[in-house]
Amino acid sequence: MRVALFITCVNDAMFPDTGKATVAVLRRLGQEVEFPTSQSCCGQPHFNSGYQDEAIPLVRRFVRAFDDYDVVVSPSASCVSMVHENYAYLAAKAGDRQLQSDLAALTPRVLELSQLLTDVLQVDDVGAYFPHTVTYHPACHGLRTLHLGDRYPRLLTAVEGLTLLDLQDAQECCGFGGMFSVKNADTSAAMVSSKVDNVLATGAQVLTSTDNSCLLNMAGALVRRSRATRFMHAAEILATTRAGGESWRETMPAVARADA
Amino acid sequence: MSGPTGPVVWADVPPFPTAAKKQLAKEEQRATLSRVTHQIRAKRAAVVHERDDWEDLRRAGEQIKTRVLRHLDTYLEQAEQALTDAGVTVHWAVDADHANRIIYALVSETGETEVVKVKSMATAEIGVNEFLAKRGITAVETDLAELIVQMAGDRPSHIVVPAIHRNRTEIRDIFTEHMPGVPDDLTDDPAQLAGQARRHLRQKFLRANVAISGANFVVADSGTLCIVESEGNGRMCLTLPDTLISVVGIEKIVPTFADLEVFLQLLPRSSTGERMNPYTSLWSGVTPGDGPQNMHVVFLDNGRTKALADPVGRQALRCIRCSACLNSCPVYERTGGHAYGSVYPGPIGAILTPQLRGMDDPVDRALPFASSLCGACYEVCPVRINIPQVLTHLRGKAVDHDRENRKRGVERTAFRAATFGFDNDLLYNAGLSAGLPAAHVAAGKDGLRWLPFLGGKWTASRDVIRPPRQSFRRWWKQQTRAPAEQGEP
Repeated sequence: MRVALFITCVNDAMFPDTGKATVAVLRRLGQEVEFPTSQSCCGQPHFNSGYQDEAIPLVRRFVRAFDDYDVVVSPSASCVSMVHENYAYLAAKAGDRQLQSDLAALTPRVLELSQLLTDVLQVDDVGAYFPHTVTYHPACHGLRTLHLGDRYPRLLTAVEGLTLLDLQDAQECCGFGGMFSVKNADTSAAMVSSKVDNVLATGAQVLTSTDNSCLLNMAGALVRRSRATRFMHAAEILATTRAGGESWRETMPAVARADA
Repeated sequence: MSGPTGPVVWADVPPFPTAAKKQLAKEEQRATLSRVTHQIRAKRAAVVHERDDWEDLRRAGEQIKTRVLRHLDTYLEQAEQALTDAGVTVHWAVDADHANRIIYALVSETGETEVVKVKSMATAEIGVNEFLAKRGITAVETDLAELIVQMAGDRPSHIVVPAIHRNRTEIRDIFTEHMPGVPDDLTDDPAQLAGQARRHLRQKFLRANVAISGANFVVADSGTLCIVESEGNGRMCLTLPDTLISVVGIEKIVPTFADLEVFLQLLPRSSTGERMNPYTSLWSGVTPGDGPQNMHVVFLDNGRTKALADPVGRQALRCIRCSACLNSCPVYERTGGHAYGSVYPGPIGAILTPQLRGMDDPVDRALPFASSLCGACYEVCPVRINIPQVLTHLRGKAVDHDRENRKRGVERTAFRAATFGFDNDLLYNAGLSAGLPAAHVAAGKDGLRWLPFLGGKWTASRDVIRPPRQSFRRWWKQQTRAPAEQGEP
């Protein structure tokens, strides 16, 4: 099984550790991961802002980058949703039949990390160790578009030492919504304020989610109230082990070094 | 493109971001909205989850409505024939003004100067109360919440619960000020308030000769109209007066009586969180000696055929006005309905208003952006309207409108430049390699509390988290290159 990492532009630029963590978890489970460097942005910011035609070249680029792989995995529910929900529509809009048929074959192979772990690899316990209290925000696209359901709660509760704390109104949007956060900044601020209230009420040491863009929003508001709560992508929790701690952050995982 | 075809929106409300800011500052209203929307959400969830065939019901509702819209011309003519056969006079109104003139002429013929009204979105959409008032006819709302809004000179902020933004103390004050014969010691006890409204409305019902209603459904093959309600005021209006004028959007058709069973299950559970609504009135034309003897149906277009012509947008016409999308929406919960500037607030309003009116007005172009695209609306919609899909579709139309008018040039250039950069390996790599180290240093250990220009919208309520020193792809390149450089296999 050839697995490609679809890092997403936000993670590439802002959260490289989430990419390293995804690689570390998959290698620990015996999966070799490749990184096609021709990948870039999925076009969601364009699409959601009304610039559909401008997103079409990025759909083509996505297909070129990932077409050769058996599985395309991403630590972003939002970007995976973009592929599943809107790519076929954009290809049809472009009137590109080849692109449509390429996408029909590729899209089912594009998975969010937890889908690969729990559905394909059939593991809930990835061998992680994280002795902290954690609260989980199920980001909207994972929750309502990909229907990730209890995949992350299962993965997280299987982590040794981890205590998962319930988040009040967990299913309510954090208020990010891409350009929504600046175009309707006041409404977005009111939404993230409620989310931060609920996060702080859990008393958790760590806030986690499926999407760093949502975490960027929540954490940005959270730090103005408290610097005691850390935030990290769920992949980073799953990558942390008793033996190696968070060593995956800076170095290649042990499996890879053994290969070399 | 034609301009506004009817009132639908209130002319003095600015585009959503500005209107929302004003509403967000009303702390008491926000507390009320948050409490009530969460209550209705929980009630809905409870009665929906007890049905293991709920998804089948939703799909049935979707398919019936889709079929109706596909063959709307046929069903409308069938309904017209059935209604006419049953003694009802059918009128066709192309827009709000046309509908209002028809209604005014019908009321004038009766010589009445006061009419009673059953709560109806179609009549709110065309602004018939205001139209009649200017011509000396008073239209009295008989739904309790609608009456509260009308007495206070306020505007509805919700499709089913128009006074949702008012708490009971405010309602007591409105009654005391505006309702004749209210005792001095009226408290804000809901039972007392309802009793007072009942006494007030009973006199109106007993002397009314004309009623104006909408309809939740029109059965095409039998010419049956259906209204669901909670208070019984509708039943009074539909049975006591001699003349009944029903204003019905052309999309309200269901093909047969049997199709009603799907919607009579979907609607109350989605709307008020009840298994069944207290009053369901069905009537099929005139029955001599029983109920109104003079019946009219005004079929209203007012932008609906324009929406029907849009392959993506037309699904909004499946809407049965249940308000589940409003109650579930995190934006509506905070801004309330008035921020949308339309009789149709919330997520459904954000896709319906611009389709009914067109996109010439900035208010209509701002509405599709009034959403974080979280999808809570689609999840609860009983007829499976993919509201986020229509929102992004209409955003495209808004952008295209501005493209034609040479506005939004900076934003368009930015997105084009972004595509150019993202679609070019060299530029993308160079951008990350050059940009990140600088941003990392600039942001400092604690990130940034302030950004200029558009970034200021972000930093008004959030810090900017510190970017890393290097991108993922740079790390990947270094790691994969390392073994070879060390001379290892």
